[in-house]
Amino acid sequence: MKETQVLLDHGSGGRATHELVTRFFAPLLSNPFLDAMNDSAVMDFLGDRLAFTTDSYVVDPVIFPGGNIGSLAVHGTVNDLAMSGARPMVLTAGFILEEGLDLSLLETIVRSMAEAAREAGVTVVAGDTKVVPKGKGDKIFITTAGVGIVPPGVSLGGQNARPGDAVLINGTIGDHGTAILCSREGLSMEGVIQSDSAPLHTLVAAILTACAHVHVLRDPTRGGVATTLNEIASQSRVGIRLFEEALPIREDVAGACEILGLDPLYMANEGKVLVVLPQEEAGKALDAMRRHPLGRHAALIGEVMADHPGRVTLRTRIGGHRIVDMLRGEPLPRIC
Amino acid sequence: MTLKYVDEFRDGTLARTILAKLKKQCAGRAPMRFMEICGTHTVSIFRSGLRPLLPSTVELISGPGCPVCVTASEDIDKAIWFASQPDTIVATFGDLLRVPGSRTSLAQERAQGADVRMVYSAMDAVALAEENPDKEVVFIGIGFETTAPTVAAAVTMANRQGIQNFSVFSAHKVLPPAMEALLSSGDLRLDGFLCPGHVTTVIGAKAYEDVASRYRMPCVVAGFEPLDILHGLWMLVEQRLSGEARVDVQYRRGVTWEGNTAAQRLMAQVFRPANAVWRGLGPIARSGLAFRDEWARFDATQRFSVPTLSVREDPACRCGDVLRGVLAPLQCPLFRKVCTPQNPKGPCMVSSEGTCGAYFKYAYDGPDLDLEEKY
Repeated sequence: MKETQVLLDHGSGGRATHELVTRFFAPLLSNPFLDAMNDSAVMDFLGDRLAFTTDSYVVDPVIFPGGNIGSLAVHGTVNDLAMSGARPMVLTAGFILEEGLDLSLLETIVRSMAEAAREAGVTVVAGDTKVVPKGKGDKIFITTAGVGIVPPGVSLGGQNARPGDAVLINGTIGDHGTAILCSREGLSMEGVIQSDSAPLHTLVAAILTACAHVHVLRDPTRGGVATTLNEIASQSRVGIRLFEEALPIREDVAGACEILGLDPLYMANEGKVLVVLPQEEAGKALDAMRRHPLGRHAALIGEVMADHPGRVTLRTRIGGHRIVDMLRGEPLPRIC
Repeated sequence: MTLKYVDEFRDGTLARTILAKLKKQCAGRAPMRFMEICGTHTVSIFRSGLRPLLPSTVELISGPGCPVCVTASEDIDKAIWFASQPDTIVATFGDLLRVPGSRTSLAQERAQGADVRMVYSAMDAVALAEENPDKEVVFIGIGFETTAPTVAAAVTMANRQGIQNFSVFSAHKVLPPAMEALLSSGDLRLDGFLCPGHVTTVIGAKAYEDVASRYRMPCVVAGFEPLDILHGLWMLVEQRLSGEARVDVQYRRGVTWEGNTAAQRLMAQVFRPANAVWRGLGPIARSGLAFRDEWARFDATQRFSVPTLSVREDPACRCGDVLRGVLAPLQCPLFRKVCTPQNPKGPCMVSSEGTCGAYFKYAYDGPDLDLEEKY
């Protein structure tokens, strides 16, 4: 049963999304910037190196513990720019609103966008609004684009991981995806699991100041840490091994995932960065991250290897090994 | 709610101690084959990377205990038929959405406009019925004895609330008759069953007494954490080596001999045993659950006039042999070549608890990936 239509799986951020991109978008729109398959394109412009990116946000519910679709849209685009080492400068925002949307809800969302933009030091310089008839959209969709400036000497990309590198993360895994799921399904756990939605550019700046040889930065959003590391392994043609006991996972997130039969490695994050850099710099990077409010729980979670290129594996707590594949299917439809 | 206790059942040091004991126990002994009946066990075994750590003489065979995998093609086709009815919402668990029926899947029908909703429980489907009084809501009830009581509870709740537009297509299965069918088929040589903790919390350990005594088959009820499974295997080896065949409970924190009698009563109040067709195993007497007459108005097959559907099975699909434990996924000619989680030919590949899916996702990468212990 080969698919002939778009399924929800195609928006999961996992294997199906990857296949959609490689089947249609990448070959038909091919150029060196797009072919690099990084979170933003970096291009020379009148002596500066500009990072340029775009992203769309469709999330249910639109307001969730720890944020809403407005702040998420700013953080997501700021983070895509930050992953190329850029200092985010300006954003644009396009809104698709469904007929019947409560105007006070719209105001809450736009206020939150404005606040997030102020905090991140970016300006929303252009926008667009469309309204679709009731039932033809889902409350509100936001598309943002962003431009940032990449400092001289910084060159990051998913193709740069090297055997011997360390893999770090700035904090706990799967918070956003689990928060959205619990909120959407009305699952009440002990306390409320908060989204980790946050702008990462100042944390990235701290890492890049402390370490001269960072190879890859990537924010593990849809598809989670597992899918993002698979992309890096594939782009760099290296193997990546994770250590289960080192993965920082909140107890309530682990508990919720356990009950729902889900794996935090596949849950979305909106305030996390995976850092791949030479082992020798891992200590400095961890120190820099832990001094930053968004990196207090930073951890070394894995290593890059020459064998099994394109594969991510996990050494389990009991000493076994298993494959960590890309996300397949649709455990969490439309979470971000 | 948090699950703080989980870490204690994944302790690496304790695992290595039990593994060492198990290896000592098996040294010089004939090979033993144990079947984990339940898909949750299968997935836990693969997720923890347990298989390569076991003594080479202990072989684990995955059994038919994945409710999605054993759902007959005809039942998937019926679910799709319900979804094609006007003003009808089909509600079901996520796993079932992508399982191929004869021609299509619920996910593909949804992409073409059918109203198919993913829910986490039958209660969610009752709520959908309440929110959509102008629609018929059909819940596709699949699952073993762990799920069936919750569906029975949803039906009784819908009855109490006077909800008129809710019904259930019952494709539930019960496990012990399937275990007996496997053993009486004669083509499976086994040394014991690792029985599922969660089903047994409902049916009680006594449910396996017949299997243990009539077939001289050791049974151990185990939990789902890596240490539970290791401990359960150690108990199975002990029984087999001492020549005994009885029901032991490793999962004492959840399982009693009698089980959850309230859940059993609820299940018996709404459902009665019925013959059922298992994908791969065929018809098995009294292995399904049908509505009792007094609850017939909640039975989707009685509420709708379901026509006889022409069922088409992919003749190359070997899921049946995998479910019976006579073929390992790697031996299936379709595995990974044409059958993948993205394009599954059979339910064992599509279900998150399916044996082929677990091999594909966690363990298989051809001959070059050495998953043996490297540390």
